[in-house]
Amino acid sequence: MLLTGWGRYPTVTSQVTAPGNVDALTKQLPAYPSGTCLIPRGAGRSYGDSALAEQVVSSRFLDNFIALDADNLRISCGAGVTLAEVLRLCVPQGLFPPVLPGTKHISMGGAIAADIHGKNHHVDGTFCDHVESISLALASGELVHCSRSENSELFHATCGGMGLTGVIVEARLKLAKVSSVSINTESIAAANLKESLTLLNEHNEKKYVVAWVDCLARGAALGRGIIHCGDHSDAGELRHRESSSIGVPFTTPGLLLNRVTMATFNNLYFNRHSWAKGARQQYYDKFFFPLDSIRNWNRLYGSRGFLQYQFVLPDESAESGLTEILGAVSSAGKGSFLAVLKRFGAANENLLSFPRAGLTLTLDFKFEPSLLSLLDELDAMVLAHGGRLYLAKDARMSEAVFKQSYPNWEAFKAIKDRVDPDGLFASMQSNRLGLSGADMGSSTA
Amino acid sequence: MNILIIGANSAIANAVARRYAARHCSLFLVARNEKRLQTQRQDLEVRGAKRVGIHVLNVLEHDKHAEAIKAGHAFFDGADIDIALISHGSLPDQDAAEADFELAKREIDVNGLSVISLLSHLIPPFKAQGRGILAVVTSVAGDRGRQPNFIYGAAKSLVSTYLQGLRGKLLPHGIHVVDIRPGLVDSPMTAQFEKGALWSTPELVAAPIEKAIDGKRHTVYVPGYWRIIMGIVCSIPEVVFKRLKL
Ligand SMILES: Cc1cc2nc3c(=O)[nH]c(=O)nc-3n(C[C@H](O)[C@H](O)[C@H](O)COP(=O)(O)OP(=O)(O)OC[C@H]3O[C@@H](n4cnc5c(N)ncnc54)[C@H](O)[C@@H]3O)c2cc1C
Ligand SMILES: NC(=O)c1ccc[n+]([C@@H]2O[C@H](COP(=O)([O-])OP(=O)(O)OC[C@H]3O[C@@H](n4cnc5c(N)ncnc54)[C@H](OP(=O)(O)O)[C@@H]3O)[C@@H](O)[C@H]2O)c1
Repeated sequence: MLLTGWGRYPTVTSQVTAPGNVDALTKQLPAYPSGTCLIPRGAGRSYGDSALAEQVVSSRFLDNFIALDADNLRISCGAGVTLAEVLRLCVPQGLFPPVLPGTKHISMGGAIAADIHGKNHHVDGTFCDHVESISLALASGELVHCSRSENSELFHATCGGMGLTGVIVEARLKLAKVSSVSINTESIAAANLKESLTLLNEHNEKKYVVAWVDCLARGAALGRGIIHCGDHSDAGELRHRESSSIGVPFTTPGLLLNRVTMATFNNLYFNRHSWAKGARQQYYDKFFFPLDSIRNWNRLYGSRGFLQYQFVLPDESAESGLTEILGAVSSAGKGSFLAVLKRFGAANENLLSFPRAGLTLTLDFKFEPSLLSLLDELDAMVLAHGGRLYLAKDARMSEAVFKQSYPNWEAFKAIKDRVDPDGLFASMQSNRLGLSGADMGSSTA
Repeated sequence: MNILIIGANSAIANAVARRYAARHCSLFLVARNEKRLQTQRQDLEVRGAKRVGIHVLNVLEHDKHAEAIKAGHAFFDGADIDIALISHGSLPDQDAAEADFELAKREIDVNGLSVISLLSHLIPPFKAQGRGILAVVTSVAGDRGRQPNFIYGAAKSLVSTYLQGLRGKLLPHGIHVVDIRPGLVDSPMTAQFEKGALWSTPELVAAPIEKAIDGKRHTVYVPGYWRIIMGIVCSIPEVVFKRLKL
């Protein structure tokens, strides 16, 4: 079947299997002929080509809960369980996932493989920092239990390892305690980039902090934004509410998203929040997952799809780097619905994890051929300022850019080669980045 | 509420079981793969099920049907069974089953006869308790014999016709009969097909199935738009229909 990531670029023809349980999976893995490129796939919410290959093994039926220990704040479950399901189960019991991305529709396996971060990275670290142990199915069909004390090298390679060491089948995660479904939020307007950065610094002790940046604004207003802060409320109830959503039934002509409509959107957003600023309470779902209220919003970008570009720059060079990059984006007129700016805390020990101390910016771009050269220019700026790109969003970075900015790639490759000597696990992305086998053919942009 | 599910490892039944587990029901699961039953028991317990029991059965072994139903009653300590859901099934290769009667017979057994056998063991205890709901997953394929799957379809329509008669027969006993007809659902049974716009998922059909059972509906198409689609399919004149390969 034709398969894409969330950005709907690129497209690949692949054969997808969905084993009914762990037994079926471990029987299936050693049976592939050598030369096969196979990659695990969770909910397909990574944007680019990290979950794309000729052969894809889906975790959708590994979606069983194993145990919930409310007293010790631990949950064990299959890798195919989505965070939406975890929330549905845990929130009424006053338990909360320690780290949440911008959508609840991702799988546990995907959260671990990309070592995802949330609005609280500066306080709580990444998702994997709260993962106690995982069960990993290797290419040989062997099941290995990995944690910080058992097979720890493989643990630190698999957390953030983008599915290249094997298929995560189960995980045990530490949960946080909450006493309400509400988040106390506060929104503050910033007139330009400097102010946005200052506000992010000033609110660094708050639990959830993120800034929305208008990257179509030019000149003095470059980098104007809204800072959103939040923390769990003590008051209120723990009742789960089914959140409603509307769908985008088919791919809209990408023309709908052009410079005029996006500038209008950005202006409306900026003005609404400039006067709606101040403190209020929000249901957690609205605070963490505003985009989930429009299913398939990725179809709005038209049939050619879009790319998300997320990079991190170390603190020292962040302001000059961001000014340069936002300036380049703004003058290319290739704006973005969403430009999200956030401060990261320190990096962890996982070999390919993205977050490191500094500032991260996320931009969306509708796909058009001229975009690729702009992104190459941005890559050069990111590298020049000592930064790197997030693999879960990437669909086009070059091997050289990757290897230069992820210095642990060799250590990672050595572990991968040890547990996967025939190179079964490979995605379009890993082949492009020189982390696995040869060319995969069959890809069509 | 006490619920007995046969074919419990089916993706559709599993999705339905999860909804009842969240409502703290007790569930007794019957299926042929023990390991998957154990995994599912754990899962349903975490999701809130009051108690979960399991029993291994290959439905082709008719002589073991009585024992399976008895095990269910024993698990519920002789208390009433509120709902019995039968959901196992198998989609054969039509051409192979046309060419090989033994295969056709086995498929008609899995999808048809075994269900009748199980119902015949369920009816007496349901009559004795004087209440309860019997729900069976059949298929839109039973609505009209179509070239790609008429052996499967014939077995499913056998069950649907049986249920139609049974419904009236059990009315005076306070027992309700629900015929659930899924359209195209992305499950292990249909793994080999390309999925288009009409396809649904086990999670999406589980909600209307739960509603149909609770609401004591008679025949329900899931998702609902399949009632319209099958209405159209059934209204095509035979002279035209016999030329259609759909
Ligand atoms: C609207 C939106 C908002 C987002 N916000 C954030 C955010 O705030 N922070 C953030 O960090 N990310 C964010 N993301 C990205 C997303 O969290 C990651 O891409 C995540 O990996 C997606 O999980 P998935 O289950 O969809 O995995 P997939 O997209 O299916 O796969 C992603 C990677 O994980 C691997 N993988 C999946 N399952 C397994 C498994 N069982 N075993 C081994 N490897 C596996 C795949 O091989 C692939 O390399 C966002 C995405 C969207 C669409
Ligand atoms: N999927 C669809 O598009 C669709 C459409 C219309 C109707 N249906 C009906 O919906 C029901 C559920 O199917 P599904 O979609 O959920 O597919 P599924 O997951 O493949 O479920 C079918 C189940 O039947 C079980 N089974 C088959 N032969 C058996 C036997 N001899 N003994 C015991 N169990 C046996 C299978 O057991 P194992 O797991 O051990 O193999 C499997 O769990 C079936 O009755 C099917 O006919 C499905």
